[in-house]
Amino acid sequence: MSDAIQLLVGTRKGAWILRSDAARNHWRVNGPQFLGQIVSHLVADPRDPRTFMAAVATGHLGPTILRSADAGETWREATQPPAFPKGEPQGRSVDHTFWLEPGHASEPGVWWAATSPPGLFRSADGGDTWDSVAGLNAHPKILDWMPPDGGTPDGAIVAGIAIDPRDARHMYLATCSAGVLETTDQGATWAPLNENVRCDFLPDPYPEYGQDAHQIALAPTNPDRIWQQNHCGIYRLDRPAQRWERIGDAMPRDVGDIGFSIVPHPRCDQTAWVFPMDGTEVWPRVSPGGRPAAYRTRDGGASWERQDNGFPTEQGWFTVKRQAFCGDGGAPMGLYLGTTGGEIWASADEGESWRQIAAHLPEIYSVVAARV
Amino acid sequence: MIQVLIPSQLTSYTGGVTRVDAAGATVGSVLDDLDARYPGLKFRVIDEQDRVRKHMRLFIGRDETRSIAAPLGDGDELLIFGALSGG
Repeated sequence: MSDAIQLLVGTRKGAWILRSDAARNHWRVNGPQFLGQIVSHLVADPRDPRTFMAAVATGHLGPTILRSADAGETWREATQPPAFPKGEPQGRSVDHTFWLEPGHASEPGVWWAATSPPGLFRSADGGDTWDSVAGLNAHPKILDWMPPDGGTPDGAIVAGIAIDPRDARHMYLATCSAGVLETTDQGATWAPLNENVRCDFLPDPYPEYGQDAHQIALAPTNPDRIWQQNHCGIYRLDRPAQRWERIGDAMPRDVGDIGFSIVPHPRCDQTAWVFPMDGTEVWPRVSPGGRPAAYRTRDGGASWERQDNGFPTEQGWFTVKRQAFCGDGGAPMGLYLGTTGGEIWASADEGESWRQIAAHLPEIYSVVAARV
Repeated sequence: MIQVLIPSQLTSYTGGVTRVDAAGATVGSVLDDLDARYPGLKFRVIDEQDRVRKHMRLFIGRDETRSIAAPLGDGDELLIFGALSGG
């Protein structure tokens, strides 16, 4: 691998791959691939960087999974995409795969897929065939935790998967209606993990479950530290504790702590970034005040600093969805975000400055950075 | 033999062919026959609970069906369309 970065971009109308030079100064936009197909997530495998996986569907056709073994040059369709068991009592069918997660480093070939309606699926053969994870999908409380019609405008979702790098059996899910769920037996059993996470939209503001976890991320150097961007604030949890701390309380009041994404620093467990959106009144979900900015904490969420150098200073109404803000793990860390207006913005200096590196793409759903 | 009209959304599976012959006595078995030749095609049209996907429409001749159990006879035409899925 080189120092060059590739950005895997999933959009509502296809996929693009941006590749940089080693300095991350110059970017080339390659694509489209799968033009017209809805690409919810396009991911590179850190265990084998030439392996890509894409979750696709179209407005007409049902969902499928496409796999590339040559960094996106050619693709093969899964022979058995994620699907709920035929004849199951709930009668669910996968509308789309929302999140793809490469398996633990000790399990080459294993992938996980999180879907809408909410479900979890596992592949042990590099994404060719997928099995329903019965421990979750047939859990006695699944319809209480995640009613199929109880989620986002695009459907109820399992919004993210995080795997403990020390233990393949220990995983977390971010969900849109049960908050965070945890398993310590690789999906056989699950328990909510939501203590002190607020739920502004339910009669009980601190329920056992019901929260909308937009995204979770484990600190790479300290997987006991979980960052969460929730529908109702920014949180941090240090295991084995069960009680989340609302670190978003330290955000400026006129900005708030609502957003979709959270990005941890690859080498410092005190540092993370968020990209706030307006969650007031009717929830515009755009940059507060029309002034886009990332916010960085370097003290575990005790304080936040605004990073808006390079972004529009007015009339910049960005919406950055859950999977569309990421880092490249470099030193310094490169940061990338894609907007629903089809723009990609990059920072090569840990958010100190930003510049637009692509525009005029379709609505961006996901941006994933990987080494070339 | 059943003649099947393939919509543009599925021609990536059929190599660009828009009319194919298939065998089967029901909509489901005809789609199974197509899927054997064009792997993956059926799941894009029919979900795992055997329902026709929301924005796909199937016609036997001029009669629409949403059932994979609908019978087909020799010489029937099965028309598959993708329709009205948004902007």
